[in-house]
Amino acid sequence: MTVRHGLVALLAERPMGVYELRKEFDARTGGTWPLNIGQVYTTIQRLMRDGLVEHVPLEYSHEAGDAEPYRLTEAGYQEADGWWHQPVDRSVPGRDELVIKLALAAASPDVHVPTVVHAQRVESMRALRDYTRLKAREPEHVTTREGLAWSLVLDNLIFTAEAEVRWLDHVEATVARVGALPVPGVAEQGAAAPAPVGASDDSTWTGRGR
Amino acid sequence: MTGRRASGPTAGAEAGTEASPIILELTGVTRVHGEGERRVVALREADLEVRLGELVAVMGPSGSGKSTLLNLAGGLDTPSAGEVRLGRDLLSHLDAAGRAAIRRRRVGYVFQDLNLIPALTAAENVALPRELDGVGVREAREQARSALAEVGVVELADRFPEEMSGGQQQRVAIARALVGPRRLVLADEPTGALDSHTGEAVMRVLRQRIDAGAAGLLVTHDPRFAAWADRTVYLRDGVVVDADRDDRASDLLVGAGRGSGRDRRRGIGPGLDD
Ligand SMILES: Nc1ncnc2c1ncn2[C@@H]1O[C@H](COP(=O)(O)OP(=O)(O)OP(=O)(O)O)[C@@H](O)[C@H]1O
Ligand SMILES: [Mg+2]
Repeated sequence: MTVRHGLVALLAERPMGVYELRKEFDARTGGTWPLNIGQVYTTIQRLMRDGLVEHVPLEYSHEAGDAEPYRLTEAGYQEADGWWHQPVDRSVPGRDELVIKLALAAASPDVHVPTVVHAQRVESMRALRDYTRLKAREPEHVTTREGLAWSLVLDNLIFTAEAEVRWLDHVEATVARVGALPVPGVAEQGAAAPAPVGASDDSTWTGRGR
Repeated sequence: MTGRRASGPTAGAEAGTEASPIILELTGVTRVHGEGERRVVALREADLEVRLGELVAVMGPSGSGKSTLLNLAGGLDTPSAGEVRLGRDLLSHLDAAGRAAIRRRRVGYVFQDLNLIPALTAAENVALPRELDGVGVREAREQARSALAEVGVVELADRFPEEMSGGQQQRVAIARALVGPRRLVLADEPTGALDSHTGEAVMRVLRQRIDAGAAGLLVTHDPRFAAWADRTVYLRDGVVVDADRDDRASDLLVGAGRGSGRDRRRGIGPGLDD
């Protein structure tokens, strides 16, 4: 999701100035990804450069208390239309630090994967709990459009965090089942593998190290 | 670890702070089954403290000792070593009858299913522990009705279990678990037989009841339900591998509160590209 498409989608409804754009974007995404004015302004400048957005001619913009309103050009409307109707590209996996970290950890002889998984699960559960608390504050049934948008965003954050925790459980179980694997290049040289990080650190496991 | 403890108010868990009374305390609790070759350490030196207003989730693989922990906490099982304290009472100092009385008065259980007695109505089910405890029938019924009202199902009072949905039965079970003076609910996979939407509604009720003045231990496999708790205790092979205490939650929730009034939710998502 890019700010660019979000602003184009908003301007497809009616002309708005940068302050109003920011306000509407925040309101409709539940304030989950707050924008700053500079970001909105820069994005609008780029959209103007690309011919998707233009100033509302002065004679139409008297009443607006906001700074200069912007509107979409014909090309801008096409862009908005195209965005709604084209699926978001999922062919290229997002670059997720956690996935990369665990992939590297699993392949490394020096890292104790369960320790990495464990620390992450505590953190991911904390995030899931925070989102759940935000959800618990909301009424069980939404009554406004803004409430609907926010509840959907929140559900997504919850689903994503839940999937991450489940994946971490899966990683831990899989690594335990597979056990120790040969390390290429080490066995041949007959070098003794160093003890994995954290493997002998019992306190990490028992939580009694406090 | 202690250094990470929050000093500020934790949203949704104000009551579970160090100032609130301890409802349940396990100290070095071990439970061994069998002997010799068949010896199984179901739980090993577990320490746990649950305060008024707190809901603690217990997670871990099958056979890791979750139900063992719950049963020991409720006095249904006796530790091989260590101490279990309910409020001020040390369970090991009581005889079987004393333990049974404490259990009946203070602890309520909610299981995955078969919680309610089929031949009794919802109100009769909820009233039963009070009647067993010597409270008069009329008063027990009144307490049952108010317990049902608190979980939002008073209209089900005269229904039999088979006339209720699974989610409704679980709400009645929560009402029974916390009827009268009972303050501790021990729940073993209470949402296990429910779809996620209904499970969430049950968790909402459990959370509200606990916030209103109770404490709970919740065994669950589902991270989404565990997320309704204030913290999670992870078990593996009978060992508590970690008990994360919630500290940074307050930062995030307060940080998410740049808006006004109850519109406290901003900036919690990952950054956006331009
Ligand atoms: N009465 C018993 N006799 C012998 N072993 C027992 C007994 N009760 C439990 N165990 C063993 O103790 C261990 C912990 O069991 P427990 O029922 O607490 O697991 P659990 O975490 O609740 O599992 P699940 O998720 O499958 O319910 C298991 O290895 C189990 O086989
Ligand atoms: Mg069990």
